[in-house]
Amino acid sequence: MSVSDTPVLEVRDVSLAFGGVRALTEVSFQVNKGELFSIIGPNGAGKTSMLNCVSGRYKPTSGRVFMDGRDVTGLSPNVRATLGLGRTFQNLALFGHMSVLDNIMVGRHHLLSNNALSGALYWGSGARKEELAHRRKVEDIIDFLEIAHIRKAVAGTLPYGLRKRVELARAMAVEPKVILLDEPMAGMNLEEKEDMARYIVDLNEEWGMTVIMIEHDMGVVMDISHRVMVLEFGRKIAEGLPDEIMSNERVKVAYLGIDEDEEVA
Amino acid sequence: MGSSLFLQLLVNGVIVGTLYGVVAMCFVLIYKSTQVVNFAQGEFLLIGAWTCWWLVTSMALPFYVAFPMTFLFMMVFGIALQMIVLRPLIGEPVISVIMVTIGLSIFFQAVMKSIFGVWAQPFPEIFPVKSVDILGLSVQPAYLMSLVVSVVIMGAFAWFFKYSRMGLAMRATAFNQQVAQSLGISVKAVFATAWAISAMVSALAGVVVGMVNGVSSALSFFGIKVFPAVIVGGLDSIIGAVVGGLIIGVLENLAEYADGQYLHVGNLYTVAPFYVLVIILMIKPYGLFGTKTIERV
Repeated sequence: MSVSDTPVLEVRDVSLAFGGVRALTEVSFQVNKGELFSIIGPNGAGKTSMLNCVSGRYKPTSGRVFMDGRDVTGLSPNVRATLGLGRTFQNLALFGHMSVLDNIMVGRHHLLSNNALSGALYWGSGARKEELAHRRKVEDIIDFLEIAHIRKAVAGTLPYGLRKRVELARAMAVEPKVILLDEPMAGMNLEEKEDMARYIVDLNEEWGMTVIMIEHDMGVVMDISHRVMVLEFGRKIAEGLPDEIMSNERVKVAYLGIDEDEEVA
Repeated sequence: MGSSLFLQLLVNGVIVGTLYGVVAMCFVLIYKSTQVVNFAQGEFLLIGAWTCWWLVTSMALPFYVAFPMTFLFMMVFGIALQMIVLRPLIGEPVISVIMVTIGLSIFFQAVMKSIFGVWAQPFPEIFPVKSVDILGLSVQPAYLMSLVVSVVIMGAFAWFFKYSRMGLAMRATAFNQQVAQSLGISVKAVFATAWAISAMVSALAGVVVGMVNGVSSALSFFGIKVFPAVIVGGLDSIIGAVVGGLIIGVLENLAEYADGQYLHVGNLYTVAPFYVLVIILMIKPYGLFGTKTIERV
């Protein structure tokens, strides 16, 4: 899928303060349809805060968030999810006692039109047909992420890398237009990282999802992103193509901690 | 005398125990999905029973009309209570929420007393009160019906949580509200549903007990008895609630038997569940089925 110029998500002058602590200061950016957009920055730069403002968990102190041109600043996370926003979490947040399949089915929640009452009738209410359609969709996702062999397993018992994949599957089940990935490769070994990077690229290219990703592994970020935004102390210090970011002096300073005096000298 | 009395008490224990189990399930439902320890659970029984009683006696409605109306009323009542009283408390310290539910409990008891008086009122006869004979044991038909109703409710709960869309949403919410929201689940709707179901099913238990013992403020004592049941079973386990309820019901009646036959201390019946409560808290604080909270730091 090619990148278009229509912004699917726009963040305009968003500031976020917790009491006296300013987590974000007037950050603006746009993400176009079909883009793979990464947010990077040193620890505590406000990356996850930014993601939480987009997903609706935090309400910005000032500024607005738009999805498809619609102002969603005041909407709750669940409403934004139904509008087509999916996300994964930095610290794994699977429903540990549920099976992998159930975990993914929860993501279908808002797409199931039958309620408990009509669902109880089952036959004739279309519930059966509906369930089959959902199961097919879920199976597609399962095949894509290659987790078919663990679909019946209890999510909490799986190894870390697989749990990360199941979490991605669950977020995909929402059928989001935009998917937010908070450190999808944290704690993974090289091989797992490569797999995950491949899934993310396919997610973007084959499934047509716009991806906004926070990631610390610069190799991966620069490799797969279309555009990159850099945050430092809650401010945007750079935005552009991976190559531009790599050669940006301001970014080097932020990452390597060269202070200005040294630079002069 | 000895052994047949023993058997009779055992059967009573199972029947009362399933009722405890049902109310305990309602309690766990609220705790699990909204993290509120509801001290006003017994008052749901009280309000439900009085509402039904009032509809049947004062309004002279037939039972089969009054009963669904009670259900409907309790649904609205549960949702309203959650929305008006408990929703603003989200994010407040646990102890504040507990104090509020204790306050609600006292408040509702007083309101019910002021409306309906302090004396037990018998339900008009809906089921024959005369005991029926089953295998040489006399069992009240209303209790027999309550056993059936309880088992059906338990089955319905199991089905609801395992297969229904709302049940899945509730399990997800109980596990992690933030994640549930990110998947498009309205946490507000889940909370309201939990309170509505809890109030409705508790009212059902209230009506059943009211039919046998008459309706009085003693019904709210069920809400206190629920605590040993849920502590034994584990605060966050629906199955635990059922098992805990049964254990407490049987134990009460065994205590009655031991007391009457050998010990003669009197009132052991009432106190025994709370001894168990203390012992369980000492040796197995998460109950038989409760999840141990392990925080990964």
